[in-house]
Amino acid sequence: MISLTIDGKEVQVPKGTMLLEACRIAGADIPTLCYDPDLKLAGSCRMCVVEAKGRRNLLATCVTPAENGMEIHTESSDVIEARKIILELLLSRHKLECHTCESDGDCKLQDYCYRYGVADSRFDGEGPHFTKPDPNPFIMRDYDKCIMCTRCVRACDEITGALAINIKDRGHHAKISTAFDGNLADSTCVFCGQCIMVCPVGALTSKVSAGKGKPYQTEKVVTTCTYCGTGCTLALNVKGDKVVGVTSVRDIEKSPVNNGALCVKGRFGWDFINSDERLTTPLIRENGELRQASWDEALDYTASRLKGIKEKHGADSIAMFTSARVTNEENYLAQKFTRAVLGTNNVDHCARL
Amino acid sequence: MPVHTFCEGGEKMANYVDIIELYRGKKGGIIEAFHALQNEFNYIPEEALGLVAKTFGVSEAEAYGVATFYSYLSVKPRGKYIVRMCESAPCHIAGADQVVKAIESYLGINVGETTADGKFTFELCECIGQCQATPVVTINSEPIFNVSPEQIPEILSACK
Amino acid sequence: MAQEYRVLLEYADKIDPANAADYIKVGGYKGLEKARGMEPKALIEEVKKSGLRGRGGAGFNAGMKWSFVPQDAPVKYVVCNLDEGEPGTYKDRIICQKNAQALLEGMAICGAAIGSNQGYIYCRGEYPFVVDLLKRAVESAKAEGVLGDFDIEARMGAGAYVCGEETALIESIEGHRGEPRFKPPFPGVEGLWGVPTVVNNVETFACLPYILTRGAEWFAGIGAPKYPGTKIVTLTGDVVNSTWFEVPTDMTLREVIFELGGGVKNGKKFKAVQVGGTSGAFIPEANLDCPIDFDSMGNMGAALGSGAVLVLDETRDIVDVVTRISKFFEHESCGKCNPCREGTFRCREIMEKINNGNGSEKDIDNLQLLSKVMQKAALCGLGQAAPIPIDSTIKHFKHEYSRKLVVTSGKGGH
Repeated sequence: MISLTIDGKEVQVPKGTMLLEACRIAGADIPTLCYDPDLKLAGSCRMCVVEAKGRRNLLATCVTPAENGMEIHTESSDVIEARKIILELLLSRHKLECHTCESDGDCKLQDYCYRYGVADSRFDGEGPHFTKPDPNPFIMRDYDKCIMCTRCVRACDEITGALAINIKDRGHHAKISTAFDGNLADSTCVFCGQCIMVCPVGALTSKVSAGKGKPYQTEKVVTTCTYCGTGCTLALNVKGDKVVGVTSVRDIEKSPVNNGALCVKGRFGWDFINSDERLTTPLIRENGELRQASWDEALDYTASRLKGIKEKHGADSIAMFTSARVTNEENYLAQKFTRAVLGTNNVDHCARL
Repeated sequence: MPVHTFCEGGEKMANYVDIIELYRGKKGGIIEAFHALQNEFNYIPEEALGLVAKTFGVSEAEAYGVATFYSYLSVKPRGKYIVRMCESAPCHIAGADQVVKAIESYLGINVGETTADGKFTFELCECIGQCQATPVVTINSEPIFNVSPEQIPEILSACK
Repeated sequence: MAQEYRVLLEYADKIDPANAADYIKVGGYKGLEKARGMEPKALIEEVKKSGLRGRGGAGFNAGMKWSFVPQDAPVKYVVCNLDEGEPGTYKDRIICQKNAQALLEGMAICGAAIGSNQGYIYCRGEYPFVVDLLKRAVESAKAEGVLGDFDIEARMGAGAYVCGEETALIESIEGHRGEPRFKPPFPGVEGLWGVPTVVNNVETFACLPYILTRGAEWFAGIGAPKYPGTKIVTLTGDVVNSTWFEVPTDMTLREVIFELGGGVKNGKKFKAVQVGGTSGAFIPEANLDCPIDFDSMGNMGAALGSGAVLVLDETRDIVDVVTRISKFFEHESCGKCNPCREGTFRCREIMEKINNGNGSEKDIDNLQLLSKVMQKAALCGLGQAAPIPIDSTIKHFKHEYSRKLVVTSGKGGH
């Protein structure tokens, strides 16, 4: 164990502990933008800097191991000044559209500007010039809001392994880009939206949820994805009894299977729930045309046809395929019915694939 | 997939596949491969960049990120002669801006552009380490020392 | 009269720099022979004792740097930083073009000290002819059998000043974007391809053969006691002798500029000198009696850096020169960390505004505030040093800025 002082409080941490963790143990709230506990360290946003006695430069806590005898000040005047200037530098390249932004209320840039009273940027020269349209149905890329934390690049590489995006060019002109700066649809992107999950601002948002409710207006209902057998945890974003989005649950306790990661279906494929095209009654095809029917009629019809086929061709001429969109209990009943009533083991389910 | 061959003004022809193959297995050799491609084509063609990525086991996005990071590498076609004017402080005080104007006026293009005949590309660059004889211009990496605006027509007309 | 003291460049233009046999004739590879006869620990001690400090700009004790390398690591690398990108600097090119074999020998000595048999030279993309020369030099040394099992490969950069930063350089050799890594871990523990690596400058390596053959005490006795040895300086700008000199480190700036350099060109008066490359401070006439060594320069708020000496005469517009320098840093910032990526961009914007006659006192205040944050919070040396030319000229040449400002109080602009 090593011992150090943080804001006058002595703490003991195991050797190798980063200062960020040590500061949090000491109760200091350290702002971070590029840091993500599930991703490789970048040490690049410099928001987490603190002052250490005897050091000329400020230390980025996310990448600096705690050392014995360190004397750390997490909110000294130099630290606050550095954080404010960094925020102003970011604001000057960030399109300030908070009122229409999908991430309004769930934005680290907004939070830290509020915390440090940064209303405006003194750097009033050239504004953001990074966005170009990307016509895909899922991911809104507005790089005029990007703060270059590179969490999206790391999530794409390290969580999904799609390797679709990287950094193009350098310096102020650097931006997040696919190969040849093309559209996501032409890249190796699988539209999992892990980039949206890790984006600390509104640069990456869901097109499917756009305009349907701000983060603080929706209730987060934690549930299990029904698309396949993996059983990913997700949060349905509910507003006025309607699902308006899906977001990740980034808590390994609540999301032990996927730790927040989702696939394109789980994250973006929820709009069928309130679709006008959903069937509301059974349909029976007669002479090539579908007509509405009651449940009793439809069940009787199905039972008589199944019985007829079994008598004529035998039970093994029938197979039951079920869907992951229904519950586990319903799936259990379906296979039980197939084996016990129809008398065949021909059962399968899309989640097995 | 068909293998394309690039032509440079009908003079040079080379197969990028063969060039890249020379660097296969060389640890970290991606930048060397890019240099070799540029020596042949004066830029890194898109298909070639894709093959470089595959050969070195990195994503295309990463290879593109590397190619766009370094100022000597280009992913856009450039002229047969790449004229670069150093603009760093020692060349700046020696009158680099006047030489820039002379080059732009002689070639009829602005910085960053290529002449319509594909012969010249004009770029600015930072210090090339020949500060004993400022200002310095390079043509295809060959430095030319103590350049004055008046010498530009003679220097550039020598590029055939 | 101040005199050059040639050690590394004693045989400049008298031997073929690529030819190992030529070099051997003038005493070459004796140092390596001696180094290989020593225990690695004793060898590192000898280098420590010589007081040799890094010649790339950071001034870290070379032997100390080597001592951080874990002896038991199975693979280790020796990397030579030949990415000299500081505008006004060409000393490493001169060392290679005059005495390349001394660099190779120095790297092999380092290899013997840390237990490495593989060296890499990372040469800037602006010097393809130096890469060719080094490749011939390595072949020649191998043919003479002097390198033993130590192999050296030359790699070429592609136009990125930031790759002069040792971890960015390592990233570039690995084939990545040249973005600096955070430290720790330092390269001595986790460097090229994740293994312990010593990165030293060309000039640092080239000192080693002479330290080994003539002794640590001899080297420690040259020039300034805390930064001993010689330093190769390159003179540019408004100076009569725009060339290179090898001088003892206790020579003063005034001696360098006015005695060796022959003073200011065209009979004009001196205004300022920027030492150490484009990231260095601007120094006024009053401070010219300062010795060039690392600590003396540091004590007056400047830096020896790479040893570039850019002289400006009385007619030069300091604000215009610094504006151009700010453009350099905007162009060369890698873009990884916020203070540097956005800071260098805004520095250039504000400097242009002032240079064009549209700036105000508020802009000067903003520059100074930005400068402070960049120096304290940027990830690597580039972002930390980028605002120094601005800072030092506001300090010493404020009147040149004031002259260009829009008068905001009173009766309006000019």
